[in-house]
Amino acid sequence: MSVSEPTAAAVGNVKERDWAAALPSEGADPIAAKRLSDPSTPPPKLYEKRKAVHNKRIDGPFRRLKWAIMVVTLTIYYVTPWLRWDRGPYAPDQAVLVDLANRRFYMFDIEIWPHEFYFVAGLLIMAGIGLFLVTSAVGRAWCGYACPQTVWTDLFQHVDRFVDGDRNARIRLDKAPWGPAKIARRLFKWSIYLLISLLTGGAWILYFADAPTLVRDFFALEASPVAYATVGILTFTTFWLGGFMREQVCIYMCPWPRIQGAMLDEKSLIVTYKHWRGEPRGSLKKAKKNPGADGDCIDCLQCVAVCPTGIDIREGQQIGCITCALCIDACDKVMKEIGRPRGLIDYATLEQCEAEMAGKPPTPAWKALLRPRTFIYFGIWAAIGVAMLFALGTRSHTDLTVSPDRNPPYMLMKDGSVRNAYTLRLRNMEARPRDMEIALVGLPQGAVMWTDRIGRESAAESQRVTVPANETRVVRAYVTVPNGVSADSFSFRLTSLDEQGEQDTAQTSFSSPENEP
Amino acid sequence: MSDKSRENARIDEPTGTELVGHEWDGIEELNTPLPRWWLWTFYATIAWSLVYVVLYPAWPLVERATEGVLGWSSRGELAEEMSAADLARRSVYEQIAATDITKLPANPELMGQAIAGGAAAFKQHCVQCHGAGAAGYEQYGYPNLNDDDWIWGGELAEIEYTLTHGIRWGGSRQTRQAYMPPFEGALEKPQVDALVNHVLSLSGKGQSSTEGVQLFAQNCAACHQPDGSGDQLQGAPALNDAIWLYGGEAANIRAQILNPRHGVMPGWSDKLDPVTIKMLAAYVHSRGGGESAEEGTEEVASDAEAVAEAPEGGDDERL
Ligand code: SF4
Ligand code: SF4
Repeated sequence: MSVSEPTAAAVGNVKERDWAAALPSEGADPIAAKRLSDPSTPPPKLYEKRKAVHNKRIDGPFRRLKWAIMVVTLTIYYVTPWLRWDRGPYAPDQAVLVDLANRRFYMFDIEIWPHEFYFVAGLLIMAGIGLFLVTSAVGRAWCGYACPQTVWTDLFQHVDRFVDGDRNARIRLDKAPWGPAKIARRLFKWSIYLLISLLTGGAWILYFADAPTLVRDFFALEASPVAYATVGILTFTTFWLGGFMREQVCIYMCPWPRIQGAMLDEKSLIVTYKHWRGEPRGSLKKAKKNPGADGDCIDCLQCVAVCPTGIDIREGQQIGCITCALCIDACDKVMKEIGRPRGLIDYATLEQCEAEMAGKPPTPAWKALLRPRTFIYFGIWAAIGVAMLFALGTRSHTDLTVSPDRNPPYMLMKDGSVRNAYTLRLRNMEARPRDMEIALVGLPQGAVMWTDRIGRESAAESQRVTVPANETRVVRAYVTVPNGVSADSFSFRLTSLDEQGEQDTAQTSFSSPENEP
Repeated sequence: MSDKSRENARIDEPTGTELVGHEWDGIEELNTPLPRWWLWTFYATIAWSLVYVVLYPAWPLVERATEGVLGWSSRGELAEEMSAADLARRSVYEQIAATDITKLPANPELMGQAIAGGAAAFKQHCVQCHGAGAAGYEQYGYPNLNDDDWIWGGELAEIEYTLTHGIRWGGSRQTRQAYMPPFEGALEKPQVDALVNHVLSLSGKGQSSTEGVQLFAQNCAACHQPDGSGDQLQGAPALNDAIWLYGGEAANIRAQILNPRHGVMPGWSDKLDPVTIKMLAAYVHSRGGGESAEEGTEEVASDAEAVAEAPEGGDDERL
């Protein structure tokens, strides 16, 4: 091919050419200007119909990455509820389960109780910082690859292609008048949408109950109304948002693009059209006729055709770009065909762009990942993760909380002894019933306790209680201190009477007429 | 947009879009058309609100709001929920009604429900005298219900009887009756002093005297027993313990000897149904001072309760 100058030469040309003037976005739009100067022209429209996006099939490394991520995420989503995990007879055997009724969250060997909600909070913080990390490193890559809206939109676009054909066929079909053939095709397509949506909504509820049982109940019409409502809502939203709203969600509904846009800086990798290399653009014919006069972009619009949000990346960074890099795949293919180096559209940082514009050789993209900001985000992210793992590994499976009665604070008994009452919460976080001992620590000789289960007759310095598997047992405990003996603060000590011998101590106060609170 | 405002409108150079003319710190707003579905969503919300206004109470008028064709009201919803809750409780009520109160402790689940129901009824009917914590008010002579000193007996059946018929209550013939005669005028001042000292000595405070012992044996022991341990059958309080209904100082005791106070407790048989009274008795008994607790039932209790608690678990049990 005649247009095959090396990149250095093309970059060299930049200085001579006023590429900026050639940019379509530069200078006033003549139509808009006319609209203003001529009062008879109508004002800009207030509302605009959505322009359908018929993105073209493309193949390339980024498209394959997108496939891989889609397969992995969807597999995780649909398969996870079916994994079994043996937790013994007292706990469910579903590997990942959000048990709302019993307020437990099971994830393989990890079991989260409501009072441990900080683990969930920690995960949310990690998700947030993870998003900062990804965004500061590779821009809106979350949007482009992993966001559920993207994944399902992508899936539905494949359905479009499967049923209606590729871009041109779909545009033709869209324009065609409604006839039996078109109606049949649409109904077929929408029923595939609906099936996918139903599977999506259906899989969601499986995370909240035993999956096999729920599926059976669901089809036997015996599942709870909330299950049907959830499936209904999620089916509808998937069908509507994935099938019809698509990029409108990314551009008008989602708050992330606003936040993420603000989190980018000149060192973040973003999908960029290297205008200094591409402009002025011209047709392939012109480029062939006059090699070197024009830039590398042959205005073939392949980058626009493949874009899932239907934007033209050559106009610069814009809110519609989800950084999916399909345009890179498309343009790289074109560059290969016309014998130009790849990367006219590429992942690059603003800094690299400026360096390249100034004629410096390109820096490899991965270098942009290693910088203080990403390290700091990664450090915080990893620190929270490690701290949570540590907390998980060392947490005790017994827990004791004590709240003393305040009304009345103490009680005088017939024999002159003083009695205090306490509400104890004994938590057994293991999947089997456990015997535990509650003992008084730090009270003077003669102090005894009994509970609402173990009567006053068997008052002693310690009592045994059985706490059911995975339960919190609430026990009312009475403690008396003999006549004339003074006591102030002391502790309850909970000991599990098994091989672990786990202990938890809770300090509390003892009120008496002398030290009335 | 009116033509007037468009006269000043400018074009944003990089995008070729008209500007609306608002500026914040150099940032200007583009006049970009909204997506049409926004408009439809807006219309849909208006339609929704119209439907809502027709269906539900909406416009406040002078007396009350418009009623809405569905006839829904928050009061009505509350009433419905209350009757549903009553219905849900009915079987427990029936079980409690059918169970003799002395048999309640043998059924820990039912006993637990009775205690919970009694706690609720206590807050409504009893706290006015006995206090929210059931600790009573010594200065007014409202007895403490948490301690282990019972004038009329602290077993479940006895508490139930007191609750039903009251104490010195005109509303029931079977009400608890006990009367302490006033000794004002019957005893000389030194005699009263000796008696007060003797009563104090019964619970280990102060010194008695031969005169005190004698006076007590003659005037008091018939009801309060020679050792001052009281008699629950007659409703004579024990004097040899640390608990006093009207105060345990010498002055309190003197006042009570000279001119005794007699508290009245209303019986609840005319206001509360027998099930509620039973539940109240269970609650009072459970406050920590109840006599003759469920001996020998603990083992059964803890296991049965473990099973019973599992499916229901109330809110605070799991937190
Ligand atoms: S412009 Fe490119 S990277 Fe951005 S959304 Fe479109 S195809 Fe993806
Ligand atoms: S695909 Fe590449 S060559 Fe074709 S229009 Fe886009 S930027 Fe230009």
